[in-house]
Amino acid sequence: MQFGGQVTSRLKPMSEPIIFIQDLVKKYGDFTAVDHISLEVAPGEIFAFLGPNGAGKSTTIKMLTTLLHPTSGVIKLAGFDVVTEQNETRKSFGVVFQDPSLDNDLTAYENMELHAVLYDVSSHDLAKRIKELLTLLELWDRKDSLVRTYSGGMRRRLEIARGLLHQPKVLFLDEPTLGLDTQTRNLLWTYVQKLRKDTGMTIFMTTHYIEEAEMVADRIAFIDHGIIAVIGTTAELCKQTQTKTLEEAYLKVTGTSIRDESVSASQNWKMMRAGRNGR
Amino acid sequence: MRTLYILWIRQIKKYFRSRWRIVGAIGQPVLYLLALGYGLGAVFAKAGNGNYLQFLVPGIIVQTILFASIFWGINIIFDRQFGFLKETMVAPAKRLTVFFGSILGGATTTFMQGLLVLILASFLGFRPYSIPMIFVAIVMMALLAIAITSLGAALGSIIDDMPGFQAVNNFIIFPLYFLSSALYPINTAPRALQIIAELNPLSYAVDAMRTTLINQSHFGLPIDFTVLGVTIVVLISVGVYCYNKIEA
Repeated sequence: MQFGGQVTSRLKPMSEPIIFIQDLVKKYGDFTAVDHISLEVAPGEIFAFLGPNGAGKSTTIKMLTTLLHPTSGVIKLAGFDVVTEQNETRKSFGVVFQDPSLDNDLTAYENMELHAVLYDVSSHDLAKRIKELLTLLELWDRKDSLVRTYSGGMRRRLEIARGLLHQPKVLFLDEPTLGLDTQTRNLLWTYVQKLRKDTGMTIFMTTHYIEEAEMVADRIAFIDHGIIAVIGTTAELCKQTQTKTLEEAYLKVTGTSIRDESVSASQNWKMMRAGRNGR
Repeated sequence: MRTLYILWIRQIKKYFRSRWRIVGAIGQPVLYLLALGYGLGAVFAKAGNGNYLQFLVPGIIVQTILFASIFWGINIIFDRQFGFLKETMVAPAKRLTVFFGSILGGATTTFMQGLLVLILASFLGFRPYSIPMIFVAIVMMALLAIAITSLGAALGSIIDDMPGFQAVNNFIIFPLYFLSSALYPINTAPRALQIIAELNPLSYAVDAMRTTLINQSHFGLPIDFTVLGVTIVVLISVGVYCYNKIEA
């Protein structure tokens, strides 16, 4: 929280934003999962989306990563329109999804190799980059083990290594520390901060651990019911909500009632639709 | 090309790493060959139809490829459930390339199973009538494997739960199989069954195999290949269509 003051001036999006979202809407039938969101993220910024379950975090990430078409609105990533310039967009970001997306029957190295080919990384750089990243994330010794033999933390590290393989400009991390122990979480955030420092990569993350957002993010947006409630540095958020800590600010904005734990907006809608068709 | 290759080899690697899959894949056709081949052989010969094993092997090869290829579709469900599909969906690689790389990989494994049955059958006493014609049969097997793997992929794309996939599979496979000419000659079957078998594309695959392996033809090779050609185009189109519709 202390670093708030000095960082603010540097990170206020002044030059061309690397992520540009304007009036973004996603509707599932009558249900609005994302409701007219607008925001900009500057190059090199670590930006966090904080919100309760079903707030619209994952839906937004899915739209940013070309997996979902927005109902309306504009998204530009590294200057490319996410809807009309899908391929260029895809080359410019890496993503670690909330759920694992590795092939468990392949080795770590094979997973990396496959990713490199899917992203058209030249054969010349491929081996070198894989070795670099697996070493960085302390997986090189286990590179030839099948992923199914990996622990949860190792898998997550492998996903991060894989997400970085094609040298993206933006890295999306959708709840990357979910289900990990404290040691692994700390390690992971240390890597993320180091990564930004070394490469100037932009990081867009979602989490519902307030302390994590506070620790690593330059700016934070509270999202609830598909709307960005407040946005800014920790200090700005506290000021805007007239609270002392980020947690107080968060609870003031999102309330204290318990949200549906397991069902995300899109799953919820799919189930409703399936139910309707069943009758 | 590189993308196609890496997705193809992925399927091959996964197949060879799963020993039980191989055991299961070979066990079933061998059981059919032994039980039916030897069990019904005497009756078949008594009815004046000659050697049943000779007659049966082409049908069992088709069966092996059919069962294994449709079942391969479960890999699409696995990819979806274990999240790997998302990795391919956010990648700049074309979905069509991902589809073809995967189904060609799958088809290669099921084709090899068919080939293995052919080899095993020759140990049990099966004798193809002409060596060069075996190669035509092998091309046939490869085409069949590609077509049915596409069908399996289509099913795996539409159906999102595994028990459901199994159920629908059985519902598709068994009528296709039993109402084809795989196990019995069409020309001596009752007329109704004959009509159904003639409408069943699988009969043409069996017929082509029988023509090339034991020189026994019902429809004739040109018709067989025409029907199969059309079937392949249709099934691949259906596969591509369904695979494209998968949402994250």
